[in-house]
Amino acid sequence: MTPINLSVIDLLLAALSLVIASGLSILLTLNIHRSLAIAALRMVAQLLLVGLMLRYVFTISSPAVTLLVLAAMIVAATYEVYSRQQFRFGGWKRFGLGGLPITIATVFVTGLALTTALREAAWLDPQHTIPLLGIILGNVMNGTSLALNAMLTSVQREKRAIEARLSLGDDRYLALGGIRVSATHNGLIPVINQMAGAGIIVLPGIMTGQILAGMDPLDAARYQILLMLLLAGAGTIGVIAATQLCVVAITDERHRLRLDRLTARN
Amino acid sequence: MLHVVDRKVAYSPVDIAAAESLVVENLSRGNDHPAFSLTVVAGSCVAISGPSGSGKSTLLRLIADLDPGTGTARVGDLKRETIPANQWRRLVTYVAADSGWWTSPVSAHMSDPDAAQHLLAELGMSETLMKATPENISSGERQRLALVRALVQRPRFLLLDEPTSALDPESTLKVEKLLMRVKREGTGLLVVSHDPAQIARIADRRYMLSHAGLAEVTP
Repeated sequence: MTPINLSVIDLLLAALSLVIASGLSILLTLNIHRSLAIAALRMVAQLLLVGLMLRYVFTISSPAVTLLVLAAMIVAATYEVYSRQQFRFGGWKRFGLGGLPITIATVFVTGLALTTALREAAWLDPQHTIPLLGIILGNVMNGTSLALNAMLTSVQREKRAIEARLSLGDDRYLALGGIRVSATHNGLIPVINQMAGAGIIVLPGIMTGQILAGMDPLDAARYQILLMLLLAGAGTIGVIAATQLCVVAITDERHRLRLDRLTARN
Repeated sequence: MLHVVDRKVAYSPVDIAAAESLVVENLSRGNDHPAFSLTVVAGSCVAISGPSGSGKSTLLRLIADLDPGTGTARVGDLKRETIPANQWRRLVTYVAADSGWWTSPVSAHMSDPDAAQHLLAELGMSETLMKATPENISSGERQRLALVRALVQRPRFLLLDEPTSALDPESTLKVEKLLMRVKREGTGLLVVSHDPAQIARIADRRYMLSHAGLAEVTP
C-alpha cells in the first residue's frame, strides 16, 4: 500500500469537525469555541514549523545539528516539568529535579532502542533519533511532572505526619516512603492506562498513523508494542529517579524535612 | 554502644549510666537568633514556659535535630553529630502538641502494641482506640496516643511540647502521673507548658523563655 498524500484541502475538510463543534459551543453558550480555535491554530503552526525544521535537519543530516536539536528538546522538556510544579525549589534543584531524571531515562532508553531493536538505524541519524527521542521524552516528561507535583503537594499537606515519623526515628526514606509510592503511581497511571487500553479501547496514535500511511497492520502493531515498552520503561525509570531525587532534595543530610527550600507558585 | 533492632534501640546498662544527662550548649537557629543552653538529667523533669512565639517549640525541635541550627547537643558523651539523625531521635524523642499520623489504624503506628495497650490502660483509655482511625478520634485522644506512641519506643529523653493542651483536668492528671512514673524509671523529660500549676506539680527545674533568652526560674 502507498500512503495517501494529504492536501491543504484535506486538512481544511478535517477542520470542518472543529467548525461544527465550535458552532455547537456558540449555540449552547458553552464558551469553549475560542479556546478550541486558539489551540487548533497553535497546533497547526507548531506542527508545520516542526515539520519544516525536521525536513531541513533530515536534509543536512549533520550529527552536530541533530545533537543540538536533541539538547534543545531536553531543555524545553526540563522547563516544562519545572513550570508544571505547584511548589518549586530554588538553586540547582529548580531545574535539576526534573531535568536530571528525564535526561537519564530518555537518553538511556533511546540508546537502548538504537542499539537493539532499531540497530539498523545509524546513531544520530536524525530521521530515527529525533522522533524516537521526542516521543520517549514527552512521555517521561508527563510522568515525571505528575509524580513530582503529587509528591511536593503531599509533602506540604502531610508535614506533621512526616515529622512525627522522623521524630520517632524513621529515616527520610521511610518517613517519605508512603508519599513516594503514591506519587510514583500518580506519575505512571497514564502509561499504565495507555498500555492496558491499547488495541481494545483505542488504537494507539502511532499505529493508527502508520496504518493510514499504508503500513501492514501487524507491522504497525509491532512498532507500537516496541514503542509502548520503551515508553513504559523510560517513564518508570524517570519517575523513580525523580521521586528518589525529590526525597533527597526535600530533606537534608540530617534527615530533616526542609520545606523552607520550597516556594509556592503564585 | 547502641544496638539498633528494627525501629527500636536497645541499651546495655553501661549505656544508661553513660547517658545520664542531655546537655544542650549554645543551641540556636542561627547567628541572628538567641542561643540556648540547658541540661536535663536522666530521671528528672525540666519545664519551660514563656510567651507564645518566644521559641519554645523551636528549642525542642532544635534539640531533636528536626531544624537546622548551630550549637551542640549530647547525651552523656554521645554527641548528636556523631550518630545518624534517626538514632539520635530515638534516643531524644520529640512529641509535638498536635502530632501527625500517617496510616490507619492507630495500632499500626505502635512499634510495641502490647506495651501500648498497657499504657492506654494506665491513662484510663479504651483499648479499642488501637483499632480506630486517627482522623476519627478526638484531639485529646490523639494527643495521648502520640505520647504512648513515643513511650513504647523507650526513649532516654522525651521532649514534650504542651503534652496536655487538649486534655480535661482529669486526663491531664493521669498523663502527669504516667510521666512521673517514666521519670522515676530513668527517662529525662523536657516539657513545654503554659500551665504554672502543672509545672509546679511535675518539674524539678524550671526555665522561662523570652525573646531575651532562656533563664532558670527558682521557686
